[in-house]
Amino acid sequence: MQKNNRLLNSITLLLVSIVIFAVLFLLIYNNIINEFAGDILKISGIYIIVALSLNLITGFTGQLALGQAGFMAIGAYTTAICVMKFHIPLLAALIIGGLFTALFGFLIGFPTLRLRGDYLAITTLGFGEIVRVIMVNLEGLTGGAAGLYGVPSFSDDFKLNPIMGFIWIFCFAVATILIISNLINSSAGRAIISIREDEIASNSMGINVPYYKMFAFVFSAFIAGIGGGLYATHFGYLNPSMFNFLFSVNIVVMVVLGGLGSITGTIIASCIFAFFTMYFLPLFKDFAQNVFHISILDFNQVIFATVLILMMLFRPRGIMGTKELSFVKLVKGIGFNKTQGVK
Amino acid sequence: MMEFVQQMINGIALGSVYALIALGYTMVYGIVKLINFAHGDVWMIGAFTGYFVLAALGVGPLSIILAFIVSMIVCAIFGIVIEKTCYKPLRNAPRINILITAIGVSLLLENGARVIPFIGPNPKQFPTFGNANMLFMGINISFVQVIELGISILLMILLNYIVNKTKMGKAMRAVSHDMNAALLMGINVDNVISFTFAIGAALAAAAGILFALAYPQVEPYMGIMPGLKAFVAAVLGGIGSIPGAMLGGFILGTAETLTKGFISSKLADAIAFGILIIILVIKPSGILGKNQREKV
Repeated sequence: MQKNNRLLNSITLLLVSIVIFAVLFLLIYNNIINEFAGDILKISGIYIIVALSLNLITGFTGQLALGQAGFMAIGAYTTAICVMKFHIPLLAALIIGGLFTALFGFLIGFPTLRLRGDYLAITTLGFGEIVRVIMVNLEGLTGGAAGLYGVPSFSDDFKLNPIMGFIWIFCFAVATILIISNLINSSAGRAIISIREDEIASNSMGINVPYYKMFAFVFSAFIAGIGGGLYATHFGYLNPSMFNFLFSVNIVVMVVLGGLGSITGTIIASCIFAFFTMYFLPLFKDFAQNVFHISILDFNQVIFATVLILMMLFRPRGIMGTKELSFVKLVKGIGFNKTQGVK
Repeated sequence: MMEFVQQMINGIALGSVYALIALGYTMVYGIVKLINFAHGDVWMIGAFTGYFVLAALGVGPLSIILAFIVSMIVCAIFGIVIEKTCYKPLRNAPRINILITAIGVSLLLENGARVIPFIGPNPKQFPTFGNANMLFMGINISFVQVIELGISILLMILLNYIVNKTKMGKAMRAVSHDMNAALLMGINVDNVISFTFAIGAALAAAAGILFALAYPQVEPYMGIMPGLKAFVAAVLGGIGSIPGAMLGGFILGTAETLTKGFISSKLADAIAFGILIIILVIKPSGILGKNQREKV
């Protein structure tokens, strides 16, 4: 029964994403929505991938990690260097980038995951900073502080590039959603959620807590690395300061906004976030500049910080809580599907 | 050899600032088990308050003392307000929520400072008294370093007195030992926690002015790195332990200046986190910390 449901869920998800894909593809291909809107869609897709990777470790496993931008940086640089210096095809380079990031996730997780959550937060934060310092210092390989220019894009054909980028990112985003939602509903996923609910209790129930924590962490690093690789290919250049602490915090904002432990919540929040930062805020800034003659520098970070605090104070569950929007249930007319335990 | 001694002295001066910040982290952690991410930004506010006082009054012995007093009071108020509005409602919430709130407060303070017109994002020159140096057996000791060390030691002695000899200090120790038992014994836990935040913030304010006197530039993001390093210092010494925070601060300060002097100045920021990872592998409870067992 459970297994059938999972299969049904996956198939529906695939069908729905194919429909969404077809609609968006036609819209972009026929230039009905312009390149800028296409960029927002692509960035949304990358945010979905990265935010889901963080949600796996923070929302489902309950360990706050603040270095997701560091993992993205490793994935991005590895992918870029593989493609540029070793002429490896993009798909293989993305996977190599992900695996290399996962290796770092393992190395950094090893000392910290045996400890309580706060230490993980601060170590991953420090790790993100160290990655940035190393990227600046390895000038021969990464271009140092000036950055790495000329990362090959998704397609050699200049005209085809936007649509190819969309296809790549969309496919990876759907694959991430599929894999994570299946993982969460598997027995490994149940073990991971039980760690979030109560570490000591799940340990005494015979769950290998360090193993599952490490598993979630390494897997999260792998996905973040791939997200970073896509990010690098999308922008075409890399700079260590792109992956600073604020970027890590922005990913946390997306996950918290969507709901710690909700895949659909994260997807919704990532799209809102991309739209908000890329479209609404510049518009708002122009408006303030033209009408009130005030320039609002860094206003977005103030808004995110306030949202973060207010969310935690008044609605710590985020938009979705741990609930999921399920298409299967939607068809059956129930709508919301509570998948995880009570909290 | 002279170079080494020189770097050690620079390191101890820098370490005394880290130690003062680390005290705030360790006391708050000892009592409410929270990594107060906003602490580094309270430190930044302290430095800015000092900047405004000194910019208004000019540099002199009296105005410096006034700057210390004003900024310690302002930061203590900030500490209490942050605790009352953001942390207190979440005291019984899951740990991860309060941690995220702390990050939010930190971001709000530093980016709020960038938006506020009279602070703004551009670095400001901190008024300081010239480069008065003493040459002592071939080693260069600046006047600022003497002040740094003197004031930090003074404040640490004062803190030691408050924690060990006063009634409030006794209450603080009781709450950090067992909050519920302290509550049952008739201790006003809310007041004790607010008091702890106020003291931590006041120490951070003093550290902020000392740091700004030595590295005369203030800007809203200045609190991020020293804040994190001071946290590393607190973990290194054993989080929750007051002497540990002092020791950790001095070790971290010397480690950083030695790295800057003998290895590479670019790696100075990375060394702190390297130390953090090493200490977490070897002795997670820190140098002076007690190993605590988790109970159900």
